Amino acid sequence: MPTFVYMTRCDGCGHCVDICPSDIMHIDTTYRRAFNIEPNMCWECYSCVKACPQFAIDCRGYADFAPLGHSVRVRREEDKATISWKIKFRDGREKNFVSPIRTTPWDSIKSPSEYAAPSAEAMKSQELAHEPESLKVAALPALSRDRFKQGLV
Amino acid sequence: MRRRKTVLVDADILVVGGGMGGCGATYESRYWGRDLKIVCVEKANIERSGAVAQGLYAINCYMGMHWNENQPEDHVRYARNDLMGLVREDLGYDIARHVDSTVHKFEEWGLPIMRDPKTGRYQREGKWQIMIHGESYKPIVAEAARKAASEIYNRIMVTHLLMDNKRANRVAGAVGFNVRTGDFYVFRAKAVIVAAGGASHIFKPRAVGEGMGRTWYAPWSSASAYALPILAGAKMTQMENRIVLTRFKDGYGPVGAYFLHLKTYTQNAYGQDYEPIWFETLKERVGDYVNRHPVPTCLRNHALLEEVKAGRGPIRMVTKEAFQDPHKETVGWENFLGMTIGQAVVWASQNIDPKEINPELTTSEPYVMGSHATCSGAWASGPEDYAPAEYQWGYNRMMTVEGLFGAGDAIGGSAHKFSSGSFTEGRIAGKAAVKYVNEADREGPEVSEAEYEKLKKTIYQPLENYKIGRNEIVAGTVSPSYLLPLHGLQRLEKIMDEYVGGIGANYTTNEPLLNRGLELLDMLKEDLALLGAEDLHQLQRAWELHHRVLASECVTQHTLFRTETRWPGYYYRADHPKLDDADWHCFTLSRYDRNSSKWAMEKAPVYHIID
Repeated sequence: MPTFVYMTRCDGCGHCVDICPSDIMHIDTTYRRAFNIEPNMCWECYSCVKACPQFAIDCRGYADFAPLGHSVRVRREEDKATISWKIKFRDGREKNFVSPIRTTPWDSIKSPSEYAAPSAEAMKSQELAHEPESLKVAALPALSRDRFKQGLV
Repeated sequence: MRRRKTVLVDADILVVGGGMGGCGATYESRYWGRDLKIVCVEKANIERSGAVAQGLYAINCYMGMHWNENQPEDHVRYARNDLMGLVREDLGYDIARHVDSTVHKFEEWGLPIMRDPKTGRYQREGKWQIMIHGESYKPIVAEAARKAASEIYNRIMVTHLLMDNKRANRVAGAVGFNVRTGDFYVFRAKAVIVAAGGASHIFKPRAVGEGMGRTWYAPWSSASAYALPILAGAKMTQMENRIVLTRFKDGYGPVGAYFLHLKTYTQNAYGQDYEPIWFETLKERVGDYVNRHPVPTCLRNHALLEEVKAGRGPIRMVTKEAFQDPHKETVGWENFLGMTIGQAVVWASQNIDPKEINPELTTSEPYVMGSHATCSGAWASGPEDYAPAEYQWGYNRMMTVEGLFGAGDAIGGSAHKFSSGSFTEGRIAGKAAVKYVNEADREGPEVSEAEYEKLKKTIYQPLENYKIGRNEIVAGTVSPSYLLPLHGLQRLEKIMDEYVGGIGANYTTNEPLLNRGLELLDMLKEDLALLGAEDLHQLQRAWELHHRVLASECVTQHTLFRTETRWPGYYYRADHPKLDDADWHCFTLSRYDRNSSKWAMEKAPVYHIID
């Protein structure tokens, strides 16, 4: 379902241009509003739909296999940490779903440099950051070279 | 030619690609390299880039060691079995032993992981998979990477790696261009970690109109994970091991949760279970491998393909029973909304409610990647503490080029890492790169201005080609002087489809077809010098095509080299229709010489963990 943009809702803010992983949301030079420049390179990932503050972007299923008359609308609310979906079938049936998206405040992740600097010993070991504590087992498992052999198993 | 600004960026560690692997590499590099300058460069925006851009509903690689659910050895055996005996067990074990710490960190950062209400443990979807509400998986992981990096450069398409002025086999950085400003970027770095994406759109997709973007793997996965190391002279492995996915028709919606958690199952158009029939005949091709549990992914594909060829399609997923349970119905839909929204759209548009209709399945076109049920990628040095001598020549995850590391799709042999394992492999590479920078080469490499100036001219050439050629014609897309990137892409997809085992050839090829395919790829490579780009966006497409073509040539060379059919259901060498353990229980390795454009092929031994 390549995306498209409603003329009367888009204010040309460019959030979709900034987020699109495929670089296909661009600003039209005449209308100063966004549009999908390459629908056949759209993955329907909804990154732009979710990012649009004006709810101006929607999707229309790929013409090759999606009959018209459906819609899948989304509202992603970072402050509530939820995402809400409304699916409308071609025949009018509807389904609604709400899911959590995050359990901690946005921007609350600590930089790795806020943790105590690792020792030279740790640098030499096979342990990665926060191990072995974050593994929740006593020690990082390991193998020895003699456990490997050639041939069929 | 219009004068383009050159921006020089110096870094200790340069991470190319800000997906799961790149974010892991950036985070870990900072943890161990407190004073180092760590730079991550991404062609899109790390907030929503890579294969996890739209989210995930499951984490497919988690041991659960502290609940005694699985041990790393178990995962190695599982991946080995699924890939018909051939995986780098040292690399796979390494990811498996670390991956739980990654997942625990994700949960601490705020990723909602579902819990089993009875046990309090993570909700299992299957033996290896746990279920998540992962709509914001990528933004959460990107936040961790942003906190860790010295600088993140979004919207820069990296086109080439730079080599040291004095040592031919030592990486020195990378070059690329800003897709928005058009500025030329030169990154000079002591170590480079390639964590770019695998390859969609090298084989012709099933949908060729608007729907060509609805490939199973993201359309922005443009094979940079392979082209960058290949051009730098790194050895590649198992590039013939492309993957074909059995998925819901047209939207390629995932089936994992359906099979494992919802307990839905497949049947042919007449309501019959078709798999046992074909598993019986598969014994002639692959022997004992068909009796293993779980049945390898490729062999299950094979049964579906044969059943369709026998005229008993479409194959359907029986969902009507499971979907009567409202909880299971919710899981079924949220599974799509969390990671493949397009499938929900297909079903809504065609009035398919799985409560009432059993939806159709299909097999996708082939993809090349290193992180799913397949293991194409660069040949990398293994972990220092136990890797066999033949798998160890330097720091962990260092390729055969000095100072060049990789993670995720870029590293070959370590199948079934998925999102959590790719992040973990990035962490492994990140720590190793810090060690390398601190111990091995403190001076760092030297970048030659002449080298990057030459690349600068090459990179912007498609804009020149277009500008000049466009004046010859009145209007439209047909020019005798240049090809548009889409033209080149479609030619590539047609060649790969018809000669290298795509959907149009029933995934079948042979030596004469492969040789003819290589001839046509050669001409396509020549024509790439005549690509025309109307603007910077098309310039990005032009360089994505360059990467795809080089990776495709590598895939074709490997497919030619391995004279057996190791993974029926992924592809068939019709001239060598059986699995051949006597000659081919080994890895295939290639090395490309960028000066002569010649490929050198060799075999490398497979080491197994003693059971």
